Amino acid sequence: MFYGSGVLRGMLVTLKHFVTSYFIRRSPETMRSGALVTLQYPEERLKEKERYRNFPFLIYDKTPDNLRCVACDICAKECPPKCIYIVREFDKDGKPLKRPAVFDIDFTVCMNCGICEEACPFDAIFMDHEFEIAGGNRQEKLLFHKDDLLKPNEHFHKIRPTDAETIDKRLREADEKKKAAEAAAKAKAAAAQQSSQTAAQPPKTA
Amino acid sequence: MEKTFTLQDLGASIDTQTLEVNIGPQHPSTHGVFRMNVVLDGETILSLKPVMGYLHRNHEQIAENMSYTGTMPYTDRLDYFNSMSNNLAWAMTVEKLANIDVPERAQYIRVIMAELTRIVNHVSVIGFLLNDLGAFFTPVLYAFREREKILDLFEETAGSRMMCNYLRFGGIKRDLPAGTLEKIKSVTSNLPKFLDEFEALLSKNEILCMRCQNVGVLPAELAVSASITGPMLRASGVNYDIRKVDRYSIYDRFKFRVPLGSKGDVYDRYYVRVLEIRESLKILEQALKDIPAGETISKKMAPFLKAPRNFKPPVGEAYARVEAPKGELGFYVVSDGTPQPWRYHVRAPSFINLTILEDMCIGQKIADAIVILGSVDIVLGEVDH
Repeated sequence: MFYGSGVLRGMLVTLKHFVTSYFIRRSPETMRSGALVTLQYPEERLKEKERYRNFPFLIYDKTPDNLRCVACDICAKECPPKCIYIVREFDKDGKPLKRPAVFDIDFTVCMNCGICEEACPFDAIFMDHEFEIAGGNRQEKLLFHKDDLLKPNEHFHKIRPTDAETIDKRLREADEKKKAAEAAAKAKAAAAQQSSQTAAQPPKTA
Repeated sequence: MEKTFTLQDLGASIDTQTLEVNIGPQHPSTHGVFRMNVVLDGETILSLKPVMGYLHRNHEQIAENMSYTGTMPYTDRLDYFNSMSNNLAWAMTVEKLANIDVPERAQYIRVIMAELTRIVNHVSVIGFLLNDLGAFFTPVLYAFREREKILDLFEETAGSRMMCNYLRFGGIKRDLPAGTLEKIKSVTSNLPKFLDEFEALLSKNEILCMRCQNVGVLPAELAVSASITGPMLRASGVNYDIRKVDRYSIYDRFKFRVPLGSKGDVYDRYYVRVLEIRESLKILEQALKDIPAGETISKKMAPFLKAPRNFKPPVGEAYARVEAPKGELGFYVVSDGTPQPWRYHVRAPSFINLTILEDMCIGQKIADAIVILGSVDIVLGEVDH
């Protein structure tokens, strides 16, 4: 081979791509199939992967009052960069309630690892697909409070259908089991009461 | 006080002054925040002092105040090109410490991910090396097109393109989603075609050869005595691959060869990486064929997925190492039986490979120093952990 043939061969490769780029239909799918196509971002978007994660959100069933979080503080303890801050809510008598009064996540600190989601025993916190959260002020715009974090279960179904299905199924089953156990306990208590009444009666009459 | 030139100096022997130049810390060719104090005579390098630590962020201290699983996402950020192999090294260390077995399927998935990472790393480092040579962004974009497809696979399995945080002690976080194995197969089956094209673009290019051959030569003895590892050591002709030496995980089941260079110059380092991608493809092919069904995390460790802080390994110490794409990546950990490690240390390949930079650069031209640095393959996240 003559001197300079290596350069020419390389140029042929780029020339091939230059020419073929005019005959490729522009779409996200062709980009994945190996063509060099620029995606016109805000107008065109790639389909999000189901497991994609970035920032956490709090899930609620039906109404925002009905959030699943019980303020157990496990996610705050497990969070590697410690970006979650939780304060439990108390009622008027000072009795602790099973819900958070304050639930703040500092998105400037969060490193999107997903450990809060893994550790949550109540399936209350999940990683969202929302990534367009840029704002002008980092103290106000990126410190998310409880109301900003709350999202309905339907949102979870929209972004991660298979995970939502399995979790809903598990929760339903647990609920039914709990109800069945409650009903059984009630029946048992009623039976025990009856038997204790019958047991207590004889000495009275005696 | 600077000495001034006189015209009579321009005789047979030119008495020139040395010139001190700071390359970096904010310079695109230093791959991050890294400074080189270079003393030049004309364009020839007389001495080069690497200055590190601009990106130091207390990685080891953070890990000593963190649960073992909590350290996993931090290891992603060491060498942010290869989070999967960093995860693998850390997971293997704790598994050694606490004597944990890993199920078959998890082992295979780990190997598949580690080899995909190696491909990602090697294609991008070759692209960046060409960037440093002045082939501005054409080879990088060819490399990134393939990298993009593999990162999509990572996003699909682990949830994140670069910060995967996918492995757990005793297995992996979640099984692969349905259909991903087929996608990995189709991506890897297209890679040889891409490599041929990439090589046609670069390997025989006269400009690349001229700039890279006999530049930054690292003799084998010096490489060994400076404990250089990875493709850099193999480019110098030393047959040392931890996948072969330790046979960790399930690497003893796969047939693959260790490509070696002969001279140890920049071109050998480039070409060893190209060949390593081809060997990785062989491993991937075999792993994808043999991968069994089954559980992905050991029964002993499954409860700790939900409660990482309850995991307390026994008192003791362990060091485990893997052949990361950049060299030997090892973690040393001392446990005192609490949820946090008592001592945690990273043997970072980028950092140790960088210590030899001065010896390779002395006597070379200033423009070659950039190329030699590019061929070392550093990531500053790992150098300055």
